[in-house]
Amino acid sequence: MAWFSSRKAAKETLSEDIWMKCPKCDKHIFKEDWQNSHKVCPKCNYHGKLTAWERIGITLDQGTFVETNKTISPADPLEFHDAKGSYKDKAAEAMKKTGLNESVVTGTGTINGKPVVLAVMDFRFLGGSLSSGCGEKILRAANHAYDKSIPLIIYSASGGARMHEGILSLMQMAKTCAGIARLNEKNIPYISVLTDPTTGGVSASFATVGDINIAEPGALIAFAGRRVIEETIKQKLPDDFQTSEYLLEHGFVDCIIHRSEMKAKLHQLLSFYSR
Amino acid sequence: MSTIKELEKKLLVMSKTPELFDAEIRAIKSEIVSLQSGPKTRTAWETVQLARHKDRPTFKDYAFGMFTDFIELHGDRRFSDDLAICGGFARLDGEPVMVIGHDKGKTIEEKGDRRFGCALPDGYRKAMRLMRLAEQFNVPIITLIDTQGAYPGLEGEERGQAEAIARNLVEMAQITVPIICTVVGEGGSGGALGIGVGDKVMMLSNSVYSVISPEGCAGILWRDNKFAPDAAEALKPLAESLLKLKVVDRVIPEPAGGAHADHAGTFAALKSAILEELRPLKKIVPVKLTKKRFDKFSAMGIYNE
Repeated sequence: MAWFSSRKAAKETLSEDIWMKCPKCDKHIFKEDWQNSHKVCPKCNYHGKLTAWERIGITLDQGTFVETNKTISPADPLEFHDAKGSYKDKAAEAMKKTGLNESVVTGTGTINGKPVVLAVMDFRFLGGSLSSGCGEKILRAANHAYDKSIPLIIYSASGGARMHEGILSLMQMAKTCAGIARLNEKNIPYISVLTDPTTGGVSASFATVGDINIAEPGALIAFAGRRVIEETIKQKLPDDFQTSEYLLEHGFVDCIIHRSEMKAKLHQLLSFYSR
Repeated sequence: MSTIKELEKKLLVMSKTPELFDAEIRAIKSEIVSLQSGPKTRTAWETVQLARHKDRPTFKDYAFGMFTDFIELHGDRRFSDDLAICGGFARLDGEPVMVIGHDKGKTIEEKGDRRFGCALPDGYRKAMRLMRLAEQFNVPIITLIDTQGAYPGLEGEERGQAEAIARNLVEMAQITVPIICTVVGEGGSGGALGIGVGDKVMMLSNSVYSVISPEGCAGILWRDNKFAPDAAEALKPLAESLLKLKVVDRVIPEPAGGAHADHAGTFAALKSAILEELRPLKKIVPVKLTKKRFDKFSAMGIYNE
């Protein structure tokens, strides 16, 4: 039977190379289509999660990105341990897995020639959680935008504050918002792009207070978790609850923009800014 | 030897008829103090219970007991009047201030109306309206924090719970009058921080302040909220930890036996601390004040670089 199983195995590898299942609608799609559309499902329009570097690649003009503060990485201020081990180990593992030092990548670059300061969160790094290091990098990005009078764009993708840093991660909400407040005073535009998911302490800080809030289609954007709410109010919630579309309907985002058009629309918005 | 909890139970029963148990009450109070002052007398979880004690002063107790001339102002001018956050002008030792805080309520009806102090977006927007009013009247803002967190519900999400809190964080950074925030009971997550950005942030000694409730943290990281005591230990939500982490500026010792056993003593201690902190703040010009507040929060956090 050896000849049979090896042939079957070869066939499976081949098909796995070409096909994949959409994480949302479960339909078979060509891997090539998925990659070419930057992880958008051609069947259901699901916008998959991008890494920070993938996002930077499709947002900025090629070769213009200059990374800032890349050496900032997590400390373990509380010496936090939970049932599964220590925060120190978890952080080290996340760094190894992602090649990043924190849950956000920051820097400067141009969008069709327009200079911007950019911060992009990466959900792979401990759920994109907001930590001391992440908050510091976002604040410094805002400060850079303030000092140079350049618009700030933040892409959010986060489960919320990083519990392992306790109260210090909560304070990052106030800290990042203090940075945004200074931009407001100087009339420097801050565009917030909310991607799947943007919840908890990140939705309750810099992500929802953009001068312009843009969402990707179908993203989960929420303060409290659906399960917590259902347990509190003892009733089922509507299916579209806490999606980009729900937020648009209730007046909390300016527009929903497809990934393939995001760069062009950001440029269009920036072109109205003259200072 | 009895635990602090047992002693407090006894104390509570006896304090209903203090004339009968005068000597005993004093003995128990001093025993509690000696238990408290020893090293590691109380676990984090026990302090969480104490911070939630049903006899601790609530907002109205402070408004009428610690301040004078309190006049409550209602409504967010957008949608409703959320009773979970209460506020108005008042005087502290004669000084005009704006006092704003979470109100857990006293009776069961009040607690229901106030969702046990868990505010809706309307509450945070009312708080901001009152802070802008304080700015207009040029009076300092005193906030009293006591909440498990913002209310997790359909209407809150619908009306922008996240945005309401975030907006307060942005605007509190810009307010040009002094702000003094004190955690007087539970400081629960974004719901607490939504009125917690100040020039001075203080805590009563038996209060707690954390990024997530111990139950919530246990549910996520331990997959079972019965591990709340372990989560409480890990989150380090006690006043002394926050002082060490430079998140709070000052811890105000509660009277012997705790705030729940002695309201008047608590008011006196908090009042003198606020007045003391307020004096130098009132001399700072507005531009410098907001700059200093920005620097204070900018410095928060511990990371490697």
